[in-house]
Amino acid sequence: MLIFERSQAGRTNGVQLNNLDSNTADIPDNLRRKKRAILPEVSEMQAVRHYTGLSQKNFSIDTNFYPLGSCTMKYNPRGSNKLAMLPGFLARHPHAPESMSQGFLASMYDLQEILKDVTGMKEVSLTPMAGAQGEFAGVAMIRAYHDANNDDARTEIIVPDAAHGTNPATAVMCGYKVKEIPTMDNGDVDIEALKEAVGPQTAGIMLTNPSTVGVFERKIKEIAKIVHDAGGLLYYDGANLNAILGKVKPGDMGFDVIHMNLHKTFSTPHGGGGPGAGPVGVSERLIPFLPVPMVAKEGDNYRWLTEKDRPQTIGRLSAFAGNAGILMRAYIYAKMLGRDGMVRVSEFSTLNANYMMVKLKEAGFEMAYPERRATHEFILTLKKEAKETGAIAMDFAKRLLDYGHHAPTTYFPLLVPECFLIEPTETEDMATLDSFIEVMVKIREEAHTDAEMVKGAPYTMPVKRLDDVKAARELDLKWVAE
Amino acid sequence: MPFIPHTEEEIKSMLDAIGASSIEDLFDEIPAELRAEGLKIEPGMSELEISRLMNGRAAEDGTPGVFVGAGAYEHHIPAAVWEIATRGEYYSAYTPYQAEASQGTLQLLYEFQTMIANLTAMDVSNASLYDGASALAEAVLMAVRANRKSKSKRILIPRTVNPVYRQVAHAIVRNQGIVLEELDYDREGGHIDPASLPAEPGDFTALVIPQPNFFGVLEEVDALTNWAHSHGALVIGVVNPMAMAMLAPPGEWGSEGADIAVGDGQPLGAPLSSGGPYFGFMTCRQQHVRQMPGRIIGKTVDLDGKTGFSLTLQAREQHIRRSKATSNICTNQGLLTTAATIFMSIMGAEGLEQAAATSHANTNELSDKLAAQSGVSKVFNRPVFHESVLKFDKPVADIQGAMAEQNIVAGYDMAAEYPELAGCMMVCVTETKTSADIDNYVDNFKRISA
Repeated sequence: MLIFERSQAGRTNGVQLNNLDSNTADIPDNLRRKKRAILPEVSEMQAVRHYTGLSQKNFSIDTNFYPLGSCTMKYNPRGSNKLAMLPGFLARHPHAPESMSQGFLASMYDLQEILKDVTGMKEVSLTPMAGAQGEFAGVAMIRAYHDANNDDARTEIIVPDAAHGTNPATAVMCGYKVKEIPTMDNGDVDIEALKEAVGPQTAGIMLTNPSTVGVFERKIKEIAKIVHDAGGLLYYDGANLNAILGKVKPGDMGFDVIHMNLHKTFSTPHGGGGPGAGPVGVSERLIPFLPVPMVAKEGDNYRWLTEKDRPQTIGRLSAFAGNAGILMRAYIYAKMLGRDGMVRVSEFSTLNANYMMVKLKEAGFEMAYPERRATHEFILTLKKEAKETGAIAMDFAKRLLDYGHHAPTTYFPLLVPECFLIEPTETEDMATLDSFIEVMVKIREEAHTDAEMVKGAPYTMPVKRLDDVKAARELDLKWVAE
Repeated sequence: MPFIPHTEEEIKSMLDAIGASSIEDLFDEIPAELRAEGLKIEPGMSELEISRLMNGRAAEDGTPGVFVGAGAYEHHIPAAVWEIATRGEYYSAYTPYQAEASQGTLQLLYEFQTMIANLTAMDVSNASLYDGASALAEAVLMAVRANRKSKSKRILIPRTVNPVYRQVAHAIVRNQGIVLEELDYDREGGHIDPASLPAEPGDFTALVIPQPNFFGVLEEVDALTNWAHSHGALVIGVVNPMAMAMLAPPGEWGSEGADIAVGDGQPLGAPLSSGGPYFGFMTCRQQHVRQMPGRIIGKTVDLDGKTGFSLTLQAREQHIRRSKATSNICTNQGLLTTAATIFMSIMGAEGLEQAAATSHANTNELSDKLAAQSGVSKVFNRPVFHESVLKFDKPVADIQGAMAEQNIVAGYDMAAEYPELAGCMMVCVTETKTSADIDNYVDNFKRISA
C-alpha cells in the first residue's frame, strides 16, 4: 500500500503546523500556486508506521550478509553516524564564517592528510560527491593539464574492456573518445594491445587496481611507463582501494590522479543508493587543477582554499564543499581505525575473499581466474551449472535471497559469462562465510533436481520475481489518484 | 581489532584452508618494489576517545543563530524524519539492484518521485542527483540531447541564477562544446525583465529560469517561459522545493509549462550540515523521460501479478550503455531522498505551505526593520520569497564579524559574485526564527552600528 493510499483529505498532522497565518499578501496572484500539491495527508504515526514497515522489506548490511562485489558492503559503524550528527555539525551553515567553523575545518583538513598518506598522493580535494563525480574531476584535470600545455591533439582515453561503466561515460563527459583494450585470460591488461593503442592522441588511461576482475594488475609499473612515455596520464579508479589499504599506494604505482569511494573503503552509509563521497588525490603536476574548495592550515588556523588560491582549478563541482556530513563519517571511521586498523582492513578483506574462493573451488564451483590470488573480491562463473541445469546466475542470485543472503554482483564484469563478483569485506565472520558457501552448494543441488523451482525464486521476499519488461514498456513512474 | 570479528583460531583455520602460512602471503602478487612501508597516520582511537574529540570540535563551532541562506536553508525537521531514515534497513542498504530484496527502498522512491513530480507539477521525476548545482549541469546536458531542433548548444542563463550553480554547470559541461551565455538582470527589480529580452535572440537550446532567484526575488516566469518556447527553446526551471508550496510550479509556467525542473532538495528534511549531503531533484515532461540522467523507479507486477517496484529504463545508464549513457552518475543521494519522503509525508502540503509562508513573512519583517535603520536600504523593489538583499553604509565584513561575536551568522556578502552589489548583504529568515530572534538581530545590529 502506498502512503498516498493511506491518505485522507483533511487529515493534518497538527504538531508540525505553526498556524501563524503569516502574511503573504505581497506575492502577486499570477506567481502564486493555484492548487495545493497532492502530498500525503496522514498522521505522524501513520507515516512512521508506513516507513518503518517499508524499511522491513529491505535487505541491508545491518540485517543480512551483502557480498555485493565492487561495492564494499562492510559494517557502517553507528559511532560514525552519531558523532557526525552532533548538533554543532548539523547546525553549521556552509556560509558560516571561518571563525565559527574551526572544528569542522580541522576535521576536513585532517581527513585530507589521512587520505594523502593512505594513497601516496601529494594533495587531496574532498569535494566530489560520489565516485563518478570523482572520476569526472580526475579526467577533467587530465584534460586541463594537457590544455595548459597546449597539447590539444590528445583526444582519447584508454579504458580496459572490464572497466566500470562509469569510466567510459566519464571520458565522454569530458569530451574524449574512448578506446577499449582487452583483458587477457589471466586477468591482466593486454600489454601488447596497450602498446599499440597509445600514441600522441592518448590523453590518459583509466585503471582500477586491483582490477574489476578481482586480481592485482602485476604489470602496473610497465603500464605506467608505456602511458607516460606516450605523454598520457594515469587515472586510478579507487573502487577497490579496500583491498590494498596500507599495503601498496596508488601514488607509488605511478598514478597521477585517483578518486576514492569513501562510501566503500571508509564505510560511510550506502543509504539505499547514496550519498557517496569521491575525493580526488593527485601527483605533483596536477595540484594546480584540483577542484575547489579545499582546506588549508596556517599556524593554528584553518581556512578555505578557493579559486583565488588556485586560479587553474577545474572549478567547483558542488554548491558548497561536497557531501560534508559523509566526509565527517569517513573521518571518524579513519580515526577509529588508525594506522594499524587501516592495514587490517586490506588484510582481513583479502583473507575472507581468499577463504571463500578456496572453499567454493573445493565445493566444485568454477573460478574465472583460478590460478590467481583473490584480492578483496573474486569472480565465480556459473556457466557450467547454467548449461547443465538451465538455472543461470540470475536464478542463483534470486534463490540466495530466500536463504537470507543478498546476492553478489551479477553479470559484471561483462566479459565473464554467468558471473558472480563476490566481495565479503573484512567485517564478516567465518561462520557467515561458511553459511554462504553451504547455501551455494545447496542451490546447485536444487538446480540439478528441480531447476524450475530455482528459476522461480525468490519465494520468501515481499514480492516474487518482477516483470522488468513491463516496467520499461508500460512506464508507471508516479501514483495518480483514480 | 576495530570492526573485525576474527579470532586467532579462525585466522589459523582460514589460512590452513587456503594453504597460506600467513596473511602476508596473500599479497604475494603485488611486486615487492611497490609495497608500502606502513602508514604514518596516528594510532586508532576507541569510540570513547573519538567521541571526546568530536564533541569538542562540534562545541567549538557552536549553534549560532542562522540568518543566511544563499542555497542552504535552516528549516524545522520533524524528529521522526531522521529517526526513521537512519534505521539500518535504509541506512546500510545499497542501490536496489536486487529488487525483490529492496522493495522498501524502491516503493519509497516511487513515492518520492510522485511527491516531487506533484510539487513541481511535472510529469515524471528521477530518484535524485547529487545536489542542486550538479542537477542544473545535468539539466543543461539533457536539454541539449532533448532539443533536437536546436543546433547551437547555446544555453541562456540569467545572472540571477545562484552563481555557484552557474560555475558548477560550467565546470561540468564546458568540455562538450556547450556555451552558457549570461543574461543580465534589472537593477531595480533584481529580476530578468521580460521586456529586455531580444526579439530575435538567434538559435538557443534552452533558457534557465530560477524561482525564486538567487536574490530571493520572484521572476516573471510566465512571460519568460513563453518567450523561450516561442523561439523553439526548452525551459529549465531551477526552483526551491519549499517555495513550491506557495508559488506557481514550473509545470504551470506560461502556456505550456517548463520542460525540465531541477533544484536542491535540502529544504525538505536535510540539516544544514556544512553544505551536504543534500540532494538534487529533477523532473521533466513525459516526452523527455528517456533523456533523463540517473535512476528511475517504475511500478510493475511480479509473477503472481502482485504490485512491485524496480529500477527501470536502465538502458539510459552507464552500467548498461557505457560511453553512450545519458550521464556517468551511478550512486545518487538515496538516504537524503528517504528523509525527504518521510519529511513531506509528515509535513503534508499544508505544513510545507505554513513553513514557507512564515519564512516569507519573517524575512519581510527583518528586512523592513533593517531598512528602517539609517544607512540601510533594500536593493530591489520586487517581492521576494524568503531572502532579501540589503545595502549597508558600513562594510559588510565588519557587520558579519561583529555579529559573529554575538553568535549570529548575519548574512551573505554579495560583493564577490556581484561586484556591482558591493556593500550589499543578503539575509534569510526561516520559520525557525521568532519575532524575538528578529528583534535580537536588529538590536545587535543597532549596537554595532552605533
